[in-house]
Amino acid sequence: MNKKPLIENVFWQREEECMPKDQLRALQLQKLRALVARVYASVPAYTRAFDVAGVKPENIKSLDDIRKLPFTTKSDLRENYPLGYLAIPRREVVRFHGSSGSTGKPTFVAYSKSDMDNWANLCARFLYSGGLRPGMTAQVSFGYGLFTGGFGLHQGIERIGAAVLPASSGNTARQLMLLQDLRADYLICTPSYALHLADGIQSGIIDRSSLNLKGMFLGSEPWTENMRTRMEEGLGIYIENNYGLSEIMGPGVSGECAFRNGMHIAEDHFIVECINPETLEPVAEGETGELVFTTLNKEAFPLIRYRTRDISRLKYSHCPCGRTSVRMSRITGRTDDMLIIRGVNVYPSQIESALLAIPEASPHYMIEVSRPKHMDEVTVHIELKPNSMVDSISELNVIRDRICAGIANITGLRMKIHLEPPNTLERFEGKSRRVKDVRTLKD
Amino acid sequence: MKIQQLAIFLQNKPGHLSGICKTLADNDINIVTLSLADTQQFGILRVIVKEWELAAQKLEEAGYLVQLREVVAVEVDDEPGGMHKIVEIIGAANVNIEYVYAFTFHKSSRAVLVFRFDDPDKAADALREANINVLAEIELFG
Repeated sequence: MNKKPLIENVFWQREEECMPKDQLRALQLQKLRALVARVYASVPAYTRAFDVAGVKPENIKSLDDIRKLPFTTKSDLRENYPLGYLAIPRREVVRFHGSSGSTGKPTFVAYSKSDMDNWANLCARFLYSGGLRPGMTAQVSFGYGLFTGGFGLHQGIERIGAAVLPASSGNTARQLMLLQDLRADYLICTPSYALHLADGIQSGIIDRSSLNLKGMFLGSEPWTENMRTRMEEGLGIYIENNYGLSEIMGPGVSGECAFRNGMHIAEDHFIVECINPETLEPVAEGETGELVFTTLNKEAFPLIRYRTRDISRLKYSHCPCGRTSVRMSRITGRTDDMLIIRGVNVYPSQIESALLAIPEASPHYMIEVSRPKHMDEVTVHIELKPNSMVDSISELNVIRDRICAGIANITGLRMKIHLEPPNTLERFEGKSRRVKDVRTLKD
Repeated sequence: MKIQQLAIFLQNKPGHLSGICKTLADNDINIVTLSLADTQQFGILRVIVKEWELAAQKLEEAGYLVQLREVVAVEVDDEPGGMHKIVEIIGAANVNIEYVYAFTFHKSSRAVLVFRFDDPDKAADALREANINVLAEIELFG
C-alpha cells in the first residue's frame, strides 16, 4: 500500500467522501430502506421480484438484510425494455443513456435533474482528486452519444470549472492535433488510445514538447499497472484509473485517490457487494468476486443489487487519504462473454443476430480479438453456407461488406470480416466458446 | 455452346489449393485449364475439366465450396489482334465480360479464351454470327 500521496491529496466533497464509517453505514441504511419502499411501490418489476422473493420493504432492518433482496441483471433490464425500471414520471426525465445489450437493442437508463447533479459531482470527485483544476483544459476522447463516457466526463469537468474540449472518439490524428493546438492539460480516453499516443511520443513521431499534457484519466477498458507505469514514465504524466457502468450511473462510481490504493467507491451513493457468481454468496473480504451495486440516490433509474458481471476485489482497510469508503481493485475479468472493444461493450450474441440477417452467412462464426499497435482489432470469421455463390469476387465482397455493416449497426464497431468455406471452423458442444481473445495486457 | 466451369472458394491458407488438386488427381480428373483470382483474404479457383459433374461431386464431398457456372469458350488465332477481334464483337453486342482467361491448346496455332458473360446466350449468338468458333465440350475435351 502506498503510504505517501503521489500527487496533492484533495477532496471535491470532503464531508461526503470522508464521512465517519458509522455515520456512512447509518446513512446507507436509511437510504436503502427508503429506496426499497419506493421501488416496491413504483416499479412493477420490483414489486413482482420482491413478492417472488417473499420480501417486504419492512423486512429491511439492517444493511445485511440487503441479501434478502433479489438481484437485478442485464436480462431483467432487457425483459423490461425499454424503460420498465423507470421509477419517476417520464416528464421528469432529463437525460437518457444506453449501453449495448446482448441482443442488438441497447438497454436504456434515465436520469432526473437531481441524478444529473449527483453524477456531475461524482465525476468531479475523481477528476479533482486526479489533478484537474479550474482554468485547465480537459480533452474528452470518449464517444458522445448513448455511451455514458463522453457526456459523463463532460459534466464532471464543467462542474470543476475546467474547460471541456469535447473531441469525442475516433480519428487519432485529429485527436493529436487538438491536443497539440489547444494544449489540453488532461486527456480522457481509453487505455488503448493512451498507449498509442505514448508509443508515438516514444518513437519520436510526436514531439513531447508539443504537448501540454499533465495527466490522463483512463477507463472503460481493462488495463494493467504495467501499462500505467510505462505510459507515466514515457510521457512524464500522472494517470488515474476510474470505474463506472451505465446501469449504475456511468463514470464516477469509483476512482483513485492520491495514494492510489484502489478505486474508492462512492458509498454515500452506492452499496457495493462482492459475491461468488456461482453460489451468489458474499466472498470473504479481499477475495475475488463479482461486484453488485445498489443505487441509493438515483431517482429516475434506481437498481437493487445489480449484477455487474465485473470481477474485482474489495478492500475495506484504512486508506491514508482520509476517505472512508471501500476500495475496489482493477477489473480483472467478466463472468459472462461480454467483450470490451475500444471501450465498447460487445456480446457475441450481437454478432450472431447480425449474421441471421445475412442469407449467405451460416451461424458458424469465430471472433478473434487482437491488439496490434495497442488498438483493439476484431476479426470475425464466418462460414459461408454450403450452397453459396462463390464465382464472383465482387459478390463475395458485397456479402462481406453487408456482414460488416450489419455488425457495425448493432455494435457500433467496424470489424474485419473473413469469409470461410463451410465446415472449416471448430464446432462446439453446449456453450459456445467462439471468442479467441489474444490481446495481451502484459505491457 | 456453353461449358461448365467449376468455381471453388479458396481460403488464403497454406495447403488449401493443394488439397483441391489432390482431390481431382485422386479421381483421375485432368485440369484442362484454370484461373486463380485472389483478394487479400480469399481466392476463387476456376477450373475446366472434362468430368465436371464428378469433379463437383468429389470436391463437395471433400468439403469444398463449389459452384458450377456456365462459361463460353471461344477459339481464337494465337497472333496479334486475335483477342481484340473477339472483344470487339462482344462490346458491339453490348454484353459485359465478368472475367476472362486464356490458354493455348494442342490445336497448334489456336488459343482458347474462356469468358464469363453477364448474358452468355447473347454473347454466343453474336460470336457465331461473326463466324467465331464457339467451342462445344466435345471439341474442347477432344
